Amino acid sequence: MKRYLKYVKPYWYAFILGPILMITEVAGEVILPAYMARIINIGAANRDVPYIIGTGLTMIVIALIMMGGGIGGAWFASKASISFGADLRNDCFKKVQKFSFANIDTFSTGSLVTRLTNDITQVQNLIMMGLRMMLRAPGMLIGAIIMAFSMNAGLARVFLIIMPVMIIAIVIIMRTAFPRFTIMQKKLDKVNSNIQETLQNVRVIKSFVRGDYEEKRFSDSNEDLKDSSLRAFKVVILQMPLMSFFMNATTLAVVWMGGKQVLVGDMQVGNLTAFTTYIVQVLMSLMMLAMVFLQSSRAVASARRINEILDTEIDLTDENAKQTTKMVREGKIEFQQVSFRYYKDSQEKVLDDISLTIEPGQTVGIIGSTGCGKTTLVSMIPRLYDADEGRILVDGVDVREYSLKNLRNGVGMVLQKNVLFSGTIEENLMWGDEEASQEEVHAASEAAQADAFLQTFPDGYQTQLGQGGVNVSGGQKQRLCIARALLKKPKILILDDSTSAVDTATEAKIRESFTGTLKCTTKLIIAQRITSVMNADQIVVMDEGKIVGLGRHEELLKGCEAYQEIYYSQMDREVSAS
Amino acid sequence: MNEARKEALIRKYSYAAQQASVQKEKGPGGPGPGGPGRGRGRMPGGKPKNTGKTIKRLLSYIQEEKYKLALVFACVIINTTAMLSGSYMLRPIINSLTSENGSVDKLLQSLLLMACIYAVGIIAQYLQSRVMIGISQQAIFRIRNELFAKIQKLPVRFYDTNNHGDIMSRFTNDVDAVGEMLNNTVVQIISSVINVIGTFCLMVYTNVWLTLITVVTVPLMMQAARFVTMHSRRFYKAQQAALGTLNGYIEETVTGQKVVKVFCHEEIAEEEFSYLNYDLRDKQIMAQFFGGIMGPVMGNLGQVGYSLTACVGGILCVLRGFDIGGLTVFVNYSRQFSRPINELSMQMNTIFSALAGAERVFSVMDENPEPEDGPEAVRLTDCRGYVRLEGVTFGYQPDKTILKDISLYAKPGQKIAFVGSTGAGKTTITNLINRFYDIDEGRITIDDVDIKKIARDDLRSNIAMVLQDTHLFTGTVRENIRYGRLDATDAEVEQAARTASAHSFIMRLDKGYDTMIEGDGANLSQGQRQLLNIARAAVSRAPILILDEATSSVDTRTEKHIEKGMDRLMAERTTLVIAHRLSTVRDADAIMVLEHGEIIERGSHDDLLAMKGRYYELYTGKSELE
Repeated sequence: MKRYLKYVKPYWYAFILGPILMITEVAGEVILPAYMARIINIGAANRDVPYIIGTGLTMIVIALIMMGGGIGGAWFASKASISFGADLRNDCFKKVQKFSFANIDTFSTGSLVTRLTNDITQVQNLIMMGLRMMLRAPGMLIGAIIMAFSMNAGLARVFLIIMPVMIIAIVIIMRTAFPRFTIMQKKLDKVNSNIQETLQNVRVIKSFVRGDYEEKRFSDSNEDLKDSSLRAFKVVILQMPLMSFFMNATTLAVVWMGGKQVLVGDMQVGNLTAFTTYIVQVLMSLMMLAMVFLQSSRAVASARRINEILDTEIDLTDENAKQTTKMVREGKIEFQQVSFRYYKDSQEKVLDDISLTIEPGQTVGIIGSTGCGKTTLVSMIPRLYDADEGRILVDGVDVREYSLKNLRNGVGMVLQKNVLFSGTIEENLMWGDEEASQEEVHAASEAAQADAFLQTFPDGYQTQLGQGGVNVSGGQKQRLCIARALLKKPKILILDDSTSAVDTATEAKIRESFTGTLKCTTKLIIAQRITSVMNADQIVVMDEGKIVGLGRHEELLKGCEAYQEIYYSQMDREVSAS
Repeated sequence: MNEARKEALIRKYSYAAQQASVQKEKGPGGPGPGGPGRGRGRMPGGKPKNTGKTIKRLLSYIQEEKYKLALVFACVIINTTAMLSGSYMLRPIINSLTSENGSVDKLLQSLLLMACIYAVGIIAQYLQSRVMIGISQQAIFRIRNELFAKIQKLPVRFYDTNNHGDIMSRFTNDVDAVGEMLNNTVVQIISSVINVIGTFCLMVYTNVWLTLITVVTVPLMMQAARFVTMHSRRFYKAQQAALGTLNGYIEETVTGQKVVKVFCHEEIAEEEFSYLNYDLRDKQIMAQFFGGIMGPVMGNLGQVGYSLTACVGGILCVLRGFDIGGLTVFVNYSRQFSRPINELSMQMNTIFSALAGAERVFSVMDENPEPEDGPEAVRLTDCRGYVRLEGVTFGYQPDKTILKDISLYAKPGQKIAFVGSTGAGKTTITNLINRFYDIDEGRITIDDVDIKKIARDDLRSNIAMVLQDTHLFTGTVRENIRYGRLDATDAEVEQAARTASAHSFIMRLDKGYDTMIEGDGANLSQGQRQLLNIARAAVSRAPILILDEATSSVDTRTEKHIEKGMDRLMAERTTLVIAHRLSTVRDADAIMVLEHGEIIERGSHDDLLAMKGRYYELYTGKSELE
């Protein structure tokens, strides 16, 4: 909770003024019935018309002041809560920007988005409601009780009996209802995921003619949902009749006891009227408090999810960077007995004692079956993950000694999962270099074999990409991503299976252009296709986290079993055919 | 950040938001982008178009339970009358207290009567909500079920052309909005109306002049309400737009978070985000402010009315001999009178969004389903699997032909492969054979029967498909495989898994075949999911098999390992194969090279290589597949 104080501080005046202004409204609400009682007790009893008019006008003025207070309170409450939410959201986003890859992996994208949007909105709403209700409900409760006691302490004792009883009743209802609502929410989630699955799998359902089967399945979970909602609502609907019961019972008690007092002359009849109004106010504010609690339990769950973001420990920082000004200049890479596992407690090592030296300007191919650790291996170079054991040197310096920014600026990486962003193609390419000239952009896309197809687009480089780059084909997307990385003019370029959707001929052209334009850049290429790596200076063959073959194509073909197996799975018939 | 960049930022992301909505109208080019969350931050809003009809249809869901509904009505009336008359009873009580002949006995009598009336009212109140909750939950249950059953019957075209997030939100947001209304609003409206009328009558009965004063404040309140709503709606719209923009930005940036990091783009992202975030803040403060003053303005106008009534009522007591008991109950009434009006105006939002939601739900229910099988539909039993396409022409949209004059045949047990660029129409052919879409010209036959004449379920039962996008269901591994044939025994399921080379990895899972798969198989690798898909097809006894890039996510080594299983799977079946990797189609009986919707080359692997045409170029890497 302490961390949230930071977001209150800049708007402290709004956080204070909001509730205070709200309380003027409450004060008015409590005072008005007293004036009303005066009209009856004094004005009507003494037949004093000017007094009645005077009191009436005072009441109207009070009502207008209340309105002003209410409006002002609403303004400060919105300002305080929304500014709070916006600042919190900003900090969460900043935190996510600092996340390491390992941090990102622990949250799913969807859940991060929900936390940044829905969850923060929930907390923000709670604060807004809190600011409006915080003093209002208790204020009204206390105000009404004070007024009642000052009018007739004996009669007001009724509250002391009825209030605890009602509080207990509300607590019982909420405590019964709450777990039932949790169950209901779970059933609802189940129904929703059922629908979502059906939408995604419609082709499977239709081709196996499972429509009826799915309907039955859905109807079952729908029935479940209905039953659990009924169970939950059954409890909640008790609240209103119960409330009426208490209100009416109190009214009867007050009229009974007060009536007797009036009869013997201990009480004025106008006060009896005011009393009945206070009963309503006290019980109403209790209900309101119950509602705030109900709402807050939802927001607390949201706050917990937000805290998870804010509490995440960033496991990759610049803390140990000793050579913060050091840049990558050569592009030499050394792995020294590197081991890595994704989870500290997992048995399986993703990388197991890897040692490898790559000279500046070399082209290195990396090949192996899915899940053998290829991607992990190259991720170590720009320090997307830190090795558990061993070290990685770039230009002879441990990667942990570079500042992250300098290191990553020196390494261009095209990820397996390519992402383009909304905006023009040019804007996307310029992610690599914000100051790139038009010529440089064109040159980079030419090298990545993207220029040709871009020329055929009516808007060329100014073509707008939809969200996630929906309007280019897979192969085109990959080539754009390569161009984007090339614009960085990196000393080390890593292509992680980034030409899988590009045909072999174009891929060959890309490789060819690399030898020309990227002579001094160290190139690491992960590929499925053996043709993609055949001509590399060295080829790394990986299997289950280990290097099982290292050398040039011809050497491996002779000496490495795994390499042969891959080679023949792709080539045998081709070789025999030609 | 300079002005130009700010503008560009907003333009970009409102464009992205637009795209998502345009997607709906865009023609199908494959399955639409799935996943929920598209509707996130979207509020069901806007005025419904055909209110009367929608209400009528909505009511039809609760009409079924006429008696229960009548009971609810009765209860509402009893409750409201009880509460009104109960409070009216205060008048004689107070009057008798102020008069000379008041006595404790009389007071007790009246109070007992009052207690009885209240008791009846409370019981009615409970009954009314208890019965109504049953009715509304049942109605929602039916709406959900009907909606689901309906979408099962809709053609694939519907799924391809509608945003999945949008359909999802009809099930969730829209049905919920309807539920909310049925739960509370129906009863609320009835009781409010009865309350207003009842109170009004009692007010007139108590004192006509005071009634006039109260009534005069009503138009004033309405005017104020209109003023506030007008402004809040305007700011609300701005807020929703800003929220959509920000959500779009978050979604995109977080999805591409790894790219952001690789390019050291964090600072720029932070800067852009904070601009959008504070833009939203400024708009949201205004929107919430106007939303928040509705209560104080209306409530305190009510207080003004209350004060006015008290004042004038007091004067009337003095000058016209109006009784004090009457004044007391009247003041209470004037509060009761404005409350339901207030509540109704607050309910308006719920009602509008419920009606808009209902309309969106009904519009899905009114979609045209796949046409029923005609009376002349033939059953397809003992299918041999002889597939033939004759002069097939097809386009997803009438003016855009995807396939032109395609003719081919596959004899039982043969393997036909399709190669060609993305968008050449390969997947489209598979969509046509099982009648996901109906062809425009030509005909497709199975065992020499036109597929349009075959009962649709029979047709599809005889075709097993393995698709590029691997789809699994929540459930155990065993259940997922068994999906191919529900009556398959455990032994048959395992046999199918062995065929697909999935058995060994399944056995390595925590609970083997009983391992739960969740979230479309997130706990399995893409390749493993494809193997399960293949196993699912293997367990079905369909004589025709369609493989659409079925092994694209399996690396070549693994593919080599499962080749035998695939061969076994294909041996007894007529197989249509689509593959990106040419190595997987080499041993097909015939290979069709598709380009721009036409077959430009056909023949066996060796024939095609010998021809030195397009296939040869593709195969030797001299030409580009796009």
